[in-house]
Amino acid sequence: MSRAAIEVEDLSKRYRLGRKLRVHQTLQETLAAKLRMQKQDAQNEVVWALRDLDFTVGEGEALGVIGHNGAGKTTLLKILSRITRPTSGVSRTRGRVGALIDVGTGFHPELTGRENIFLNGAILGMRRRDIRERFDDIVDFSGLEQFLETPIKRYSWGMYLRLAFGVAAHVEPEVVVVDEVLAVGDVRFREKCLGKMSEFGREGRTVVFVSHDLGSINQLCSRTIWLDHGQIHADGSSQDVINRYVRSSVGQTTRRDFEAAPGKRVQLLSAAIVDEHGQVDDAPRRDEPFTISMRFLVRERIPGIDVTFTLQNQQGVQVLDEVWGLDTGDSLSPEHVPAEYEARLTVPPLLAAGDYVVGVLIGTRYDVLVEEQALGFRLWPHPEDQSKALARNRVLQPRVQWEVRAVEPNG
Amino acid sequence: MVIETETRKGEPEAPLAEPPRADDWIENRPPSRWGAFDLSEIWAYRDLGWTFAARDLKIRYKQTFFGVAWVLLQPLVAVLIFTVVFGHLARLPTEGLPYPVFSYSGMVIWLYFSSGITAAAQSLVANRDVVAKVYFPRVLAPIAAVLPGLVDLAISLVVLAVFMGAYNVAPGPALVLLPVWILFAVVVTLGAGVWLAALNVEYRDVKFVLGFLVQVWLFASPVVYSSSLVKGGWQYLYAVNPLVGVLDGFRWSVVGAPRPGLDVLVSLAVALALLVSGTIYFRRVESYFSDLI
Repeated sequence: MSRAAIEVEDLSKRYRLGRKLRVHQTLQETLAAKLRMQKQDAQNEVVWALRDLDFTVGEGEALGVIGHNGAGKTTLLKILSRITRPTSGVSRTRGRVGALIDVGTGFHPELTGRENIFLNGAILGMRRRDIRERFDDIVDFSGLEQFLETPIKRYSWGMYLRLAFGVAAHVEPEVVVVDEVLAVGDVRFREKCLGKMSEFGREGRTVVFVSHDLGSINQLCSRTIWLDHGQIHADGSSQDVINRYVRSSVGQTTRRDFEAAPGKRVQLLSAAIVDEHGQVDDAPRRDEPFTISMRFLVRERIPGIDVTFTLQNQQGVQVLDEVWGLDTGDSLSPEHVPAEYEARLTVPPLLAAGDYVVGVLIGTRYDVLVEEQALGFRLWPHPEDQSKALARNRVLQPRVQWEVRAVEPNG
Repeated sequence: MVIETETRKGEPEAPLAEPPRADDWIENRPPSRWGAFDLSEIWAYRDLGWTFAARDLKIRYKQTFFGVAWVLLQPLVAVLIFTVVFGHLARLPTEGLPYPVFSYSGMVIWLYFSSGITAAAQSLVANRDVVAKVYFPRVLAPIAAVLPGLVDLAISLVVLAVFMGAYNVAPGPALVLLPVWILFAVVVTLGAGVWLAALNVEYRDVKFVLGFLVQVWLFASPVVYSSSLVKGGWQYLYAVNPLVGVLDGFRWSVVGAPRPGLDVLVSLAVALALLVSGTIYFRRVESYFSDLI
């Protein structure tokens, strides 16, 4: 066992909901409150984002962190990377932490690709000298040589992402914490990024990886922590923890409305499993196509958007990961905003009967909206299937042909 | 087993790269109420400070149509108006200097100060994306915000020299002290800027107060009029506005106005107090910036 690179002791983080409201507070209100002897503090609702966390990560180890939305994953990363301070307890890291909590942090649309490489690199903690040294590698990685002198406001979403990853992949801190960023971008690029991350691991860097993509976590991390309501629910080998996580989270939700998010440019409205008439389908069958539908609201004109559906089976295998992307953005920049959209993905009869979890994701230049477990449903067997159809360990159940016959001995 | 590992380590191609070996722990603990800034850390992040400053400078010149001309146009128009109103109509005393030279020399410093505190006040909110997603010593944001103005200041000084040539005004030997007054101006701007930046995160109405504050401050400072109007012991109270000391000293050095008195020390003391108290306040609230922003 190598020495520790991250130590977390009795770590807790409390958010006072009242404190968030203070953003809109004016001086007058504060002064008034001070005069009233600050009685209002007691009314503030308190939320513990993290509660008494304890764990150690060895040098060179890759740790995955999973959990539902609001379980405290992002708060943990923010504390590890010192973006925010804990309420009590301590987190320690050996060496600098590079936080990839978003891609293209601080990118400025008016600046050129070249200028943004230097800006973003500095923000991610690189010295100018280091950036100059790795500049060519960054450009190679992103493949944007001809566009270096173009202001990035003219970049497509894909180009923007490639530039952002190009910089992020060449930051070389001792400890890397990564949040979700790999969930966006096309598949080929995602593979490139995963490759880069496992390279981090082989170079002896310590990696903490938060993702909804259980497959990537399983592939990259030998150990995984499952956070639930700010506490460690399970800590062990990735395979084990992921299996338990998936099994626990399958419920029957074939239709769901999402909470309003008034501040966002794009908002998820609802998701459902529907039949060909658009009606909610409570019992889709494996031998018939089923459709996943998602409604979302676009409040402002945005330059590009990615809509992703994922489907995970009961073994935790991601069987589908379908992205519909729009780069140039013209067709999704409605004249009149807000505009509501529905995205539908029809899945042909191919998958095995069993329990599935649908994840939905919308990525724009500004936000990534993720509902890793938007829906859960059971794909029912064909009435003539054998009774144990649901229990079998398989991914596909297409229409196959059997032929069994006696063979003559000489062939 | 141990021997095997040893030999494997000896092979040249085994490790992909030199594994980083940082031995120092970096800790994240709950904030303490009182604490000093870690100056060595701010120094370690200096590249980021320069990058922020360079970014703001580039963006400003890219976004504006007139670019550099804008830096000159604004004070020149102001000086033109002031010359008519205060120089010709009100006939304010100017220490024997031609009014345009007098007021332009004041505007050079004033515009650095007013644009500096405005930029510093907005610095954390304008960088909220970065503050919420990356760690850096937060005080770098207001520090970086007062730097780009120095470029404008340098350009304005060249124009001032042209003005002085046109009106036959020559600086005296006190010109060698020019860097001192500029540093003084930076201290005042940074002191007020750090206060405003921290206040602006907590109270969003600072944005509205700011415009008013800048206006009041302009007329409370000897920009369009001479500080010699304030006499009889009152000048010490007047110098509590630290810009009084900066402007008097700057005019003495550059355009040959009378040497300022001891009231400069009052201004200097206030400026330092403003900077120290500002950093203490900033230090106290910075721990929850990222939660608020």
